[in-house]
Amino acid sequence: MSEPMIPTDLVAILYLISGVLFILALRGLSHPETSRRGNLYGMIGMAIAIVTTLTQLKGGDQLLTWVLIALGLGIGGVIGGKIARDIPMTSMPELVAAFHSLVGLAAVFVAAAAVYAPDAFGILQVAGDPNSGIKAASLVEMSLGVAIGAITFTGSVIAFSKLSGRMSGAPIILPLRHVINAGLFAALVVLIYMFVVSGGDDKLFWAITVISLLFGVLIIVPIGGADMPVVVSMLNSYSGWAAAGIGFTLGNIALIITGALVGSSGAILSYIMCRGMNRSFISVILGGFGGEVAGPAGGGGEQRPVKLGSAEDAAYIMKNAQKVIIVPGYGMAVAQAQHALRELADALKEAGVEVKYAIHPVAGRMPGHMNVLLAEANVPYDEVFELEDINSEFQQADVAYVIGANDVTNPAAEDDPSSPIYGMPVLQVWKAGTVMFNKRSLASGYAGIDNPLFYRDNTMMLLGDAKKMTEEIVKAID
Amino acid sequence: MHKPTISALRNSTLTLAFAVFALSASALPAAAAGGGDVAPWVYQIMVFVMAIFVGYYVVWSVTPALHTPLMSVTNAVSSVIVVGALLAVGIESIANGGLAAKIFGFLALTMASVNIFGGFLVTSRMLAMYKKKEPKR
Repeated sequence: MSEPMIPTDLVAILYLISGVLFILALRGLSHPETSRRGNLYGMIGMAIAIVTTLTQLKGGDQLLTWVLIALGLGIGGVIGGKIARDIPMTSMPELVAAFHSLVGLAAVFVAAAAVYAPDAFGILQVAGDPNSGIKAASLVEMSLGVAIGAITFTGSVIAFSKLSGRMSGAPIILPLRHVINAGLFAALVVLIYMFVVSGGDDKLFWAITVISLLFGVLIIVPIGGADMPVVVSMLNSYSGWAAAGIGFTLGNIALIITGALVGSSGAILSYIMCRGMNRSFISVILGGFGGEVAGPAGGGGEQRPVKLGSAEDAAYIMKNAQKVIIVPGYGMAVAQAQHALRELADALKEAGVEVKYAIHPVAGRMPGHMNVLLAEANVPYDEVFELEDINSEFQQADVAYVIGANDVTNPAAEDDPSSPIYGMPVLQVWKAGTVMFNKRSLASGYAGIDNPLFYRDNTMMLLGDAKKMTEEIVKAID
Repeated sequence: MHKPTISALRNSTLTLAFAVFALSASALPAAAAGGGDVAPWVYQIMVFVMAIFVGYYVVWSVTPALHTPLMSVTNAVSSVIVVGALLAVGIESIANGGLAAKIFGFLALTMASVNIFGGFLVTSRMLAMYKKKEPKR
């Protein structure tokens, strides 16, 4: 056995430094200018944590140890690097979900390793005596870590499948699902109790894992595609709590701090998303709301006259406007229209028109989804505004160009108490001189709610693919 | 739009105070607290609770435009679970469950590595795209 190269107290301090660097990494994101430095802090923190751990390995004098570490880091690094380089920005929501699933599974495996070799983690009642059993406190921490980790894993896999279209976004409602879930939860509590009393029995450990995996699936399947921003944030939070659970088992400060940071970060994002939809967290979790991207054409409400416009009409009005506000939504992401949109903004600016973008908190499939896509298309971030900052400006705008958004512009949320989305904060596009509404068809949005905006006098419907329509408008302006 | 001086000061003070606290909790054992025997996990809980508060304030200060990079970077940092994986891979003996632990450690290490490299790189790729308006000519 090789002696540790650095004393235990120094190790604890190094882990603390890496935890503080992680805090600074998040802190950097308060502004785009400081964000890149923040990310660098994060990388340094991770490097410190890894190198510190490498000096502490008990089998540090064995070749096998180093071969395995080089292999694991190498394989993971190549895969991760390749994914990071090649992934299109429109696929960010599913990538984040996939990454969450890996954190969850890693937590399960680390806990499994601790069950099979508790002495190596220093969690035995009597060090060096495997018959003494694992400390009760460690077992509680481990069971929480593994249960949350397993739920995060399968939950994220389901979220990934829904987001990437491998699985329908429609909610899957099982009969008696609340009874099933309550039963699983009770089983989980009993198993954890038995596991702790047993002193770390491996069969009970796997039973906890299997029940939690199942639980993760059942929690996410009833949640519809449009509630995905909440789900992704929630799984983000779970992955943090799982990491913290393992951090307690290992007595590792870096892991505990990180788990707490990530856990509260995801929880805050979930809260912001729920507030953006005026729904309670509970109602999202209970699920059943919202299905596919759009229902069949003509799906809701009686037939009322709408004013249809062509790209030429739109170009003419936009060109002669003073101020145009663009409102992107998930449809823009689906049609990959962000680059065409940027060209439109350029053409309008060339003609002396002021252009701004308005983003609703729940536009897209994850927090900040629209901002990333606009940034990818080289839209300067100081032209992009959040709901509360821009809502008062619509009345001074001549044109609001709504592209791929629907429910987040629905006036019924403000004036129709019978509407299911009543009370949800919306972008007041109808206050603009003309509303140009780009949509593939006259179907209702995810909530299956008719949008009275379509039938207003100052609304012009531009039916067609978001990208094609925007490109045609650009052509007509030139 | 931003009040960098005040909020930056408040946040760095908060981080510093937290660091001092966590240091005393992690590096000074129970003896420091009036001689009573306080279990290590109590100190860990203290760090955990404080870190939740730090996280709360830091995350609320994140601009909504950067919420997607926030998710990808939290993803990357939560892969610090790799420390557990490394300890398992580096187990001394493969007897008495040591082999199983090594294998699980290796699997966890590979997954966490995908996340570490993928998470930080995709975050920096995203952050590189956020640009300011060019000054008007």
